[in-house]
This record gives sequence, structure tokens and C-alpha cells, in this order.
Amino acid sequence: MMRESGRFQCGLKSVSGALVFLEGGAGVSYGEMVEVIADGRVRPGRVLIAGRETVAIEVYEGTEGLSPSETRVRFLAHGLEVPVAEEMLGRTFDSFGRALDGGPEPLAREWRDVNGAAINPAMRAYPRDFLQTGISAIDGMNTLVRGQKLPIFSASGLPHNRLAAQIVRQAEVPGERAGFAVIFAIVGASRDVAEMFRRSVEESGALGRVAMFVNFADDPAVERLITPRTALTLAEHLAFDRAMHVLVVITDMTQYCEALREVASAKGEVPSRKGFPGYLYSDLASIYERAGRIRDREGSITQVPILTMPNDDITHPIPDLTGYITEGQIVLERELDRGDIYPPINVLPSLSRLMSDGIGQGRTRDDHAHLSNQLYSAYAYTRRIRMLAAIIGEEELSARDKMYLEFGRRFESEFVGQGAEENRSIEQTLDRGWEMLKLLPTADLTRVSEQEIAAHLK
Amino acid sequence: MAGELTISADGVRDAGRKPVGRTVWVSGPVVKAEVERAVFMGEQMEVGDERLIGEVIGVSGDQALLQVYEETEGLGPGRPVFSTGLPMFVTLGPGLVGSVFDGIQRPLYALEKAGPYISRGTKATPLDMEKRWHFAARKRTGEKIRAGEVLGVVQETSVIEHRVLVPPEVAGELASVAPEGDYTVGDVIATVRDEKTGKQTPLTMAHRWPVKRPRPYRNHLRPREPLVTGQRIFDLFFPLAKGGTAAIPGGFGTGKTVTQHQLSKWALADIIVFVGCGERGNEMAEVLLVFPELADPRTGRPLMEKTVLIGNTSNMPVAAREASIYTGITIAEYYRDMGYDVALMADSTSRWAEALREVSGRLEEMPAEEGFPAYLAARLAQFYERAGHVETLGGSNGSVTVIGAVSPAGGDFSEPVTQHTKRFTRCFWALDKDLAAARYFPAINYLESYSGYLDEVGEWWHREYGARWRDLRDEAMRLLQEDSRLQRIVRLIGEDALPDEQRLIIEGSRLLQEACLQQNANDPVDTFCAPEKQLALLGAVLHFVRRAEEIVKKGAPIHRVREMAVREEIVRAKEKIPNDKLELFKELTGRIDGEMDALYRDFRRVT
Ligand SMILES: Nc1ncnc2c1ncn2[C@@H]1O[C@H](COP(=O)(O)OP(=O)(O)OP(=O)(O)O)[C@@H](O)[C@H]1O
Ligand SMILES: [Mg+2]
Repeated sequence: MMRESGRFQCGLKSVSGALVFLEGGAGVSYGEMVEVIADGRVRPGRVLIAGRETVAIEVYEGTEGLSPSETRVRFLAHGLEVPVAEEMLGRTFDSFGRALDGGPEPLAREWRDVNGAAINPAMRAYPRDFLQTGISAIDGMNTLVRGQKLPIFSASGLPHNRLAAQIVRQAEVPGERAGFAVIFAIVGASRDVAEMFRRSVEESGALGRVAMFVNFADDPAVERLITPRTALTLAEHLAFDRAMHVLVVITDMTQYCEALREVASAKGEVPSRKGFPGYLYSDLASIYERAGRIRDREGSITQVPILTMPNDDITHPIPDLTGYITEGQIVLERELDRGDIYPPINVLPSLSRLMSDGIGQGRTRDDHAHLSNQLYSAYAYTRRIRMLAAIIGEEELSARDKMYLEFGRRFESEFVGQGAEENRSIEQTLDRGWEMLKLLPTADLTRVSEQEIAAHLK
Repeated sequence: MAGELTISADGVRDAGRKPVGRTVWVSGPVVKAEVERAVFMGEQMEVGDERLIGEVIGVSGDQALLQVYEETEGLGPGRPVFSTGLPMFVTLGPGLVGSVFDGIQRPLYALEKAGPYISRGTKATPLDMEKRWHFAARKRTGEKIRAGEVLGVVQETSVIEHRVLVPPEVAGELASVAPEGDYTVGDVIATVRDEKTGKQTPLTMAHRWPVKRPRPYRNHLRPREPLVTGQRIFDLFFPLAKGGTAAIPGGFGTGKTVTQHQLSKWALADIIVFVGCGERGNEMAEVLLVFPELADPRTGRPLMEKTVLIGNTSNMPVAAREASIYTGITIAEYYRDMGYDVALMADSTSRWAEALREVSGRLEEMPAEEGFPAYLAARLAQFYERAGHVETLGGSNGSVTVIGAVSPAGGDFSEPVTQHTKRFTRCFWALDKDLAAARYFPAINYLESYSGYLDEVGEWWHREYGARWRDLRDEAMRLLQEDSRLQRIVRLIGEDALPDEQRLIIEGSRLLQEACLQQNANDPVDTFCAPEKQLALLGAVLHFVRRAEEIVKKGAPIHRVREMAVREEIVRAKEKIPNDKLELFKELTGRIDGEMDALYRDFRRVT
């Protein structure tokens, strides 16, 4: 980011919120990076309005202490660029790709614009290859495929951090471990949580294939807008230049969106729903759409963004607009969490839209589609029976319905529920699914075929 | 105007070589420029040395306000601005079908040479300028010709005969016409002499048209025929007419895209224009994977041979997202003018409305509801008004049917885009979050949905299949409505507490939904249901309900009806009985009667 020399300009016209204004000129361009220099401190910034009379700059590390006459601005003549290199795996960086782990700065062969560029939709390859998380409720019921974006909708107090760490540790492309990398973008986390993530990855021995980008809760809000983009810029390099399968986990997108709101309101923009700017959808899309595959290239970018739903409200603009962009969602539920089920994934409102084309023979296993269908419908029925039982009492239920209640309990504790250290292969997940079906009358199993029953229910 | 509609030999959007002004201010897609020569509202411009495509959206004195359709990073004050002298236009001619364009009609496959990412300033002509098409004239030198007449034909794909039309606003005597042979779209294939002025206009197989101006036609006709979709919930219950309009509102994941893909695959339209407006790249990839392989139900040829795709995904420039809708509808009108029935899908019109909002915000206009500009309703109205069944300038009949997805914030239909869209469309296909969450597909809420074309298409059903359709439909709708009334009571006292006749209504409605309304888009047989099969299936369901009513009235216990073996068979019929084996429905009806009779005898013996 701070490589070449640039054009200097002395003095500001004014400072207002996160913005500074200065005299315009012909040399400046929209989106150009600048350095705002005052008191021997250098703060990065970006040109928001490139005008002949006036230039507006968004200052990333805040404008505190800037005095118009004492400030110099250096125009760098390029957008915000970050280093990319395979050697960045195993390391921890800040939002700008600067080392945070005490190690040397990355020796990048290349610097790339953090905003990337839109993949030509006609150049995309349709994602349909399995990515294993080792978590049954995901792999079995809402399968993630390489090139998909599948968010986790959580809420405050739920164990999404634990789940995020587990996915980062366990994720793999079965049989292709070598070309697999995880990039972990931590947005607005406390130092404790960030440290927890780092330790968990380190202890699992997976550190070598993980790069972390951390933006701490006390870093300026505007930097949060960069963290996921820096992470994705490295992901694009690894996936499409280095032929790796890259999983990008971003937590917490709610922090990201709140930063976007804060920055927008500091700029005096007209707000839309709940104070968020009208372009929240497009802005989120510019992150989420960076998942995918490209024709005739090996690698892939899969995204698992994690967000906390304010007030557990799924219609809140953050989960709502996310759901409109991503290919499904994994929903965590407070009630399961209270029942001590980890991970508390409710499979009913969860959905992986790319699952049906990504599973089956040669991808996961031939019985996968039918089995997950059967588990889904049995569990949906169980939840209805539970409501009925709450009204009329469990004793009043028919013997068949009681079997469903038992199925529901075991499904939640043994299929959905698993240890935070437990890593299940897809075979183990599917076999466990069949174990659960043994609790139900065989005649009810209409979603699986007779041959499958014969093969798996013995 | 007329002369400007013809395209130059290289087919590029050729702005002047000399700049007409310079930029003074850049912020995102909005650019201000000082111009020396007058420019007009809506004029297409090129900005900067990379010649980014833009449009004039405001003029005052020597200041022009531009909206730029490509990324503007790196653009600043003092850069040159070029004028084209033309409003934002598309190029229309052979080669559109089977193409994939971005919002400003750049062919996405041709952009491949610039790499997998869309880079700024990449230029490519909308139509292949080198490809030779076999042109056969239908008019002779010396003939009088009028705008919209068929000058000649080109086989565009194996199923689409491209009728090369005399462009609107051109008429006169044919001074020359090319002999049958192979020509590029830039070759002059005819010249027309204006009878009054004597001015000669050269014509090529392609011409340009301003996207925001509806293409003219002779007469607006009443929609008469249904657009058969092969989807029972639409054809039987909420039919759409050719030339009609439909809105599909629904929260995320409720099935808007799957529905629009289904309609693109199966609707009996001659041409499909699919506009992916601010949606997912992976969905475009899926279409591009599936459509070239999938056979059109009428012709058996790959679907791509009748499809034009426009893909401006959510991460592509927002201004071009706004343009994509106009590009799509103009192409649709162009094929309508050849006498075709065209169906246009827009997924999603909400993203288009948001693009308006975004640009309006940058201009610091006074917002109306929820930050949308006050002209939102007018823009929506103008868009849906371009649908219609018409008599073309050339005297044939053609239609544009428009089906717009709406993505309401929070799934709440009271928001402005849904509300305004409702005013300008005649079919309302409401998708329901709860149904989708219960994996009930298509998740169309049949109480909230409606069609304004029942009378129009009734005549067609009558003509094709006798009078039964409307009667069956009304009978089924009554059943559904009574059921929903009863469900309110059931929620309070439980189903078992109801008298048997009422439980039968609930039972009948449940069967109707399972056997007929539900339709899995992924089922190889049921993904497309022919109209005859739709009638047969609905007929069988209602026959079962009527017979059951009869014997329950006479005292047969309801649980015996529910447990009948034939009930399961009716539920499976949609996936078991293919469109070409409808005689099996006769047998099914026979078995319904058999089991009902047996139950009746059985129960009479007991009492
Ligand atoms: N008719 C159908 N048959 C089978 N499955 C369906 C059908 N309609 C929808 N689905 C299921 O619902 C999922 C979501 O549907 P779809 O992608 O069309 O939603 P959408 O309304 O377009 O959502 P968004 O607004 O987020 O784009 C699909 O992936 C599919 O699993
Ligand atoms: Mg969709």
C-alpha cells in the first residue's frame, strides 16, 4: 500500500466527521488512495469525490487531531492495493495486509486492488463439488459446495464463534488436502475473541493453511469495510492463480454493516431502512459475489459469512439482504442452544440452494439426497407433534407419534449435536442419519427407496 | 432519426473522435462535465480515455450530468467526454438469439478475451460483425415498402426465422435490394428512396433503437390466449395471457428465480428474454450450463436457440443494472415486431428500482418513500406498459409478455416496489415464506394471488378443450377457500372436533394441494405438465372429492376415505403419468369409482 512516491498537496479546506476536504485539481481520481500526513503520523484514505474545485477524502484511521493547516496529503495514483502471496498462509495480518504476528511483512510478488473486479458471469463455472466441514447438520442436510456462499445466521449469545473456529479447523476437500486453504476475516472482534480464534487454529495444527485478517473492535469503523475485501483479494489470488480451493470465513458481517452505516451517516447520506444506506445490497453483493468458480481454472472460492441477527430478527436488513444474495443460509436457534445442543443448527429454516446439484454418486454418496429428504420431513413432522404434545400432553399421543418424539430427541442430540472437536466424515454423517431412521416405522420411510432401506437399515 | 438508426460498418458505438467537453467532478457512477457543444437528456456519451459508456441524466447551461455504466475508479476531473449524438440505444439484428449480454448490450462471451473479469472500457460490438447470414429478400426493387414490413428473412437459429424488417420511420420505394446470398449485418442489403424528398436510406440487416422509447406498432389488441407455462398453479388457477403482465413477489428463497427459470424452460413462447438484473452470478452460470442442453418442449431443439440472456449481476455496475431492463424489453419488442410471442423475465425488478434509488441518492434528489425517488412509480408503469399483444406495423400479430420478480425488503409486501408493481400488472403470483419454509413448492399463496385474465383465456380453453376448465377451476378454488376458512377454526379446536362434511372439505383441499397444486421443478416428469394433463389431473382430484362427499353424506366414516389406496395413487399421478399417456387417467378414474363403490357396499353391509 505504501510503496511508491506520489504527488503532495499541503493544507485542507475542512474536516468533517470521517471526511476531509481539500482543494481540487486535475491530477486526482475517484477511488484513489492517499496518505493523510500530520504530526508524523500517516493515515490511509481514499478519494470519494474527485472534483475540480473540491476533493473529498475518507480517512481510514479517523480524523482526530487533524488540523487543516498542518496536514499534508499524498496522492498515490492507484486504488487501495494489498499484497498477495501464497506465503501469507500461516500468518496473521491487519486489514491492509500488514503483519500482526510479529513476523516479517509479506514479500509479495504482487499488489492487487482490494475491490477486485466482477467475474464475467459467462466465465463462471457452475459450482457442484462437495466441500466437507465435518459438521453433520451442514454436510448431511445443507451441503456446502465449492464456489458457494452460504452464511450462518446467528444471534448474540449463540456459539457462532466456536462454530466458525470449528469450520476453519475442519474444512477440507476430501482427498485434496494439499490444495486447500482457509482465509479467516475477523471483523470488529475483541482482542480476546481474536486470540481465541488464533489459538484454536494453532492448536489444531491447521495453522499452515490458514491466513487470518483481523480488525479489532477498537480499530476505526471504516477499516472494517476493508477487512473482508483484503481477505477476498488474497483468496482470488490463491484460487484463480494458484489453483487452490479456498474457504473464506468472515465474522461478523453485522459489525461490517454497522460500520458501513456509521461511515454513511458521517458522510451525511440519505438513509434507507433502519438507517442503513440504500446501497447496502450492492455493497454486500460486492463481497459475497466474490465467491465462485471460473471456467477452465482449477480453484474455487467458497464463502461462509457469519452474522448475528439483531434482536433475533431474520427480517432485519442485514440477514434479509444477505439472504437475497447468498445461496441459502444456516440458521442457529436459541431453543436448541438452551437445550445444550451444539451446534444449535435448526435444519428446517436452513437451506443450501446448491446442494441438490452437488451431492449424490461420485460427489458424496448415492443415498444422500433421499436420506436428507427423509430426515428433513421426519424432523419437520416431529416439530409439529411437539407443538401438539405441548397442548394435549405427551401421554395422549399415539404410539407412532411417540416414536417421532424420540426420533426428534436423538436427531438433535446425536445427529445435529456433536462435539466442538468432533470431525465427521461424510460417510459417518450419512451412516448416523440412517441410525436415526431406525427409530421410525419402516413403513413411514417413503422418501428413501426400498433398496436403500435394505442396504442401510439392517 | 431514420438515418441514425442504421448502423455503421464496424458496428461500434461510434462517438466522435473529438471530445465535446471535460469532466469536472466524479463520485461513483455520477460524473459532471462541462461541455462546449449542446448535449441532450438521455444522450449516450463516452467518458475518459477508456471511453466508458455513460448517459446524460441532467443538463443545465454548459454543465452535463452523466451516469456512467462502468466502474469509474481512476476517473477524475479534466478527462475528455465524447458525444454520440444518439440516445442510449441497442443494436437489433440477427445474432441476438443465443447471445448473453451485460446491461448495456456488451456480449459477455466476446469480453472473454479480456480475461475472466469484466474490465473497464472493454469494447465489443453487440452483434458479430463478421458472421455471414444467408439473406433472402421478400421484396423486389421498385416495390413500395412501409415501416415494419418484412424486407427479407434470415435463418437465425434452427427454430427462429429472423424477419429483417424495414425499420420504424423508414418508408418509400425500394431503390435496390440485395440478391439472395450471404451478408454480414453491416452490409447494405437494400436502399429505400423517400418518395417526397428523394432521399436514399441504405438499410442493413441490423438497426439501432433507443432503449427508452417503446417501439411503435399499429394497434393494441386484447390478450386472447394464455401463455401456457406447464405449471398447474398458473395455467389452471392464475393464468397469464400472451401480451400480459405478471408480478412474482416473494422474500428470499421463496422461489422467484426457480419460477422464472421454469417459465423460460417451458412456457410456450417463441422467444424468451431473460434479464438477470442485479442477481447472482452462479445463477447465470446455471442457466448457461442447462439451457444449451435442454430441449424446448415444442421444437425439441436446445432452449438457447430461442433465448436471449442479459446478465448484469449484483456486483456489476449499478447503473448498467438499471439499463439492463430497457435493453431486455427493447429486444423483446423487436422480436414481437416480427410477429413472435415473446416472454420477458426480469429477475429482479426490485434490484432495478434500487439502482434508481442509488443513482438518485448520489444526485441528492428529494427521496419519496423509503428513499426511492418520486418517479419510481412512473418508471415501473412505463416498463410494464411495454408489454402487450399488438398488431405490428407490418400487419402481423405479436406479443410481449412481461413477468417481473419483486424482492420486497423483509418479505413484506407493503413496501413501495411491490405496491406500485401491483398497480401496473394484472397477474399477482404471491410467494409465501411459510410455504417455502415447509418445502411446499411452488410456494404460491393461492389466497393472495390473482389473475386478471380469467375471462380472456377462458375462451381459449373452451375452444381447445371444451368448457370444463372454468368450472373445474371455480370448483377447486371454492374448496380451497372453504378450507382456509375452516383452518381458522381447526387452529382453535382441532380437526377431529369438526363434523364429517367439514372434515371432508379439509381432506379434499389437502388432496388438491398434494396432488395438483404442488409441482416439483426438479421432477423429470412433472417439471412440465401439458394442459390436457392438467385438466385430467384436476378432474380426477375433483371426481374423488365429489364421490367421497356422496358416500360420507350417506354416513361412511371419513378415515376410510383417507385410507383409500387410490388416494395415494392420485397423489403420485403427477409424477407417474407422463404427458403422452393420458389414457391412464381413465383407468385412474375407474379405480376411484371401484374403490368408492366397494367402500359404499362395505359400509352398507355393516350398518
Ligand atoms: N417449484 C419448485 N420446485 C422445487 N424446488 C423449488 C421450487 N421453487 C423453489 N424451490 C427451492 O427453493 C429454493 C429457492 O428458490 P429461488 O432461488 O427461486 O428463490 P428466490 O425467490 O429467487 O430467492 P432470492 O430472492 O434470494 O433470489 C431453490 O433453491 C429450490 O431449492
Ligand atoms: Mg432469486
